[in-house]
Amino acid sequence: MSLHFRSAAVAALVAALAAPLAYSPPVRAADVTLLNVSYDPTRELYSQFNRLFAERYKAETGKSVEIKTSHGGSGKQARSVIDGLDADVVTLALAYDIDAIADRGFLAKDWQQRLPDNASPYTSTIVFLVRKGNPKGIKDWNDLTKPGVQVITPNPKTSGGARWNYLGAWAYALKQSGGDAEKAKAFVGEIYKHVPVLDTGARGSTVTFTERGVGDVLLAWENEAFLSKKEFGDDKFDIVVPSLSILAEPPVAVVDRNVARKGTREVAEAYLKLLYSKEGQTLAAENFYRPRDPEVAKAYAKVFPTLELVTIDDPAFGGWRKAQQTHFADGGVFDQIYSN
Amino acid sequence: MSTSPVGDEPALVKALVIGLATGIVGLLIVLPLIAVFAQAFVKGWDAYLAALVEPDARAAIRLTLLVTALSLTANTVMGLVMAWAITKFEFRGKSLLISLIDLPFSVSPVVAGLVFVLLFGAQGYFGPWLIDNGWKIIFSWPGITLATIFVTFPFVARELIPLMQEQGTREEEAAVTLGAGGWRVFSRVTLPNIKWALLYGVLLCNARAMGEFGAVSVVSGHVRGETNTIPLQVEILYNEYQFQASFAVASLLALLAIVTLLAKTVLEARLGRSGGGH
Repeated sequence: MSLHFRSAAVAALVAALAAPLAYSPPVRAADVTLLNVSYDPTRELYSQFNRLFAERYKAETGKSVEIKTSHGGSGKQARSVIDGLDADVVTLALAYDIDAIADRGFLAKDWQQRLPDNASPYTSTIVFLVRKGNPKGIKDWNDLTKPGVQVITPNPKTSGGARWNYLGAWAYALKQSGGDAEKAKAFVGEIYKHVPVLDTGARGSTVTFTERGVGDVLLAWENEAFLSKKEFGDDKFDIVVPSLSILAEPPVAVVDRNVARKGTREVAEAYLKLLYSKEGQTLAAENFYRPRDPEVAKAYAKVFPTLELVTIDDPAFGGWRKAQQTHFADGGVFDQIYSN
Repeated sequence: MSTSPVGDEPALVKALVIGLATGIVGLLIVLPLIAVFAQAFVKGWDAYLAALVEPDARAAIRLTLLVTALSLTANTVMGLVMAWAITKFEFRGKSLLISLIDLPFSVSPVVAGLVFVLLFGAQGYFGPWLIDNGWKIIFSWPGITLATIFVTFPFVARELIPLMQEQGTREEEAAVTLGAGGWRVFSRVTLPNIKWALLYGVLLCNARAMGEFGAVSVVSGHVRGETNTIPLQVEILYNEYQFQASFAVASLLALLAIVTLLAKTVLEARLGRSGGGH
């Protein structure tokens, strides 16, 4: 038995020692490595865009570049960068999340002026994804509060998309009530009474709705709604465009402190710049993000429905810092309506 | 005249209870296990293998093996030291130490992860200094290893302490009397007495280390091909609509569970025969 044990112990020891050898840190084939910390629904966009950038960068400079990505709820991702996840660039769901990183000194506070279009190379909006044939007859925001309708949306505390969803509903209610904030609060509160589960990120909610079959309507990024139809087939879901929604501007920025330490500023800036090029814009449109470039936008005009879009800088919201403070901070309007 | 009450039960009740118990295990444990493999092979062998050799999946497997090997080594050594100290010596605060060993079992894995963010994050106590000096702890493999060591810490010590307590110190004392040195006492007397319990603890530790999700998720940063372990990679693939690939990777963990179960059965038989002392 002792012999038995010894051979078992030796085997275990060999396995323990061999495993790190098998690990052998990834061979740095690339000259430069870049980390893009992004939000949930951009996985498909950036996996294609990273390939495009690597090709272009190699052609221009002769250097190879490897781009790593990390995806999750926008607020959670911002928190990780603040805690030390060394992103060279952040491509998040809304400006406030990058503001939060800037507030800790990781990048200049005027980051949003450093790139065109509020540093948002593409835009999106919030639409409804419903089950095929729209059995609950959902046409606009007020249909979300009808009895028996279950609404799927993520948690605005952790998800950027969820905050856009919330503000879209708020903008609609303000318009309906002629600017009455109390009525808007009651209406948005009523919508959240119809939410059976709050996921942490937009992709989690999409999977809850599409794959697990929970709920009647998913409040979704337009790109996420198109992607779901593409993934699961046109015979499963319909997209409903409400009368009014919010213009979502997902911004991008170079994280100054990290690129200074890693010596990657030049490549990080080139990466973001390519997003604004014709090629980058076309790729965004192909992935159902609304392009900024007028020519590309025109070419894809038939894809994206026109609707009334309210921006975050509308006096009703007063920009992200104010909206964040009013609605999503601890004890803010969302906490008040969700705890009731 | 009295027989055991269980024996008195009508055959129908007996069949019903046994059927119910089997049904519960089948429904809650066997069926999901089958479902994992069914989904993993839904597109056939080629797709299954393709999912496992995909670069990000391979990186996840490598990282999991590295983290597990480091955690097992650390926890085996620390578990032995803890058990040795507690069972062979008398000192103040011993019962407190015993309670503290169990702490990782009662702390939520999310909290376990956050503790390390608090210590080593850029806003944490040691983070700024570490980052300035080029050390990456969290959002990298050292942090993932630390979190794994934390959640799997009790397994080895927990298995060893009761056994070593029961065995007492008489054999070691005898060995010392006969002139054996410290290392000799350990390798010739103590280790042979505890070997099966030690392996059992290491086995449980291994299963948990490879499967840990919560604590690792907090300190991972989710960088593709770099800081995702197998469980994290499973979630990512699932969220990317790659259901078959996700279950293919998940089947590795399911296989691990089955192997662990078999090894556990063998070890329990050994423990039953030789573990209880002499």
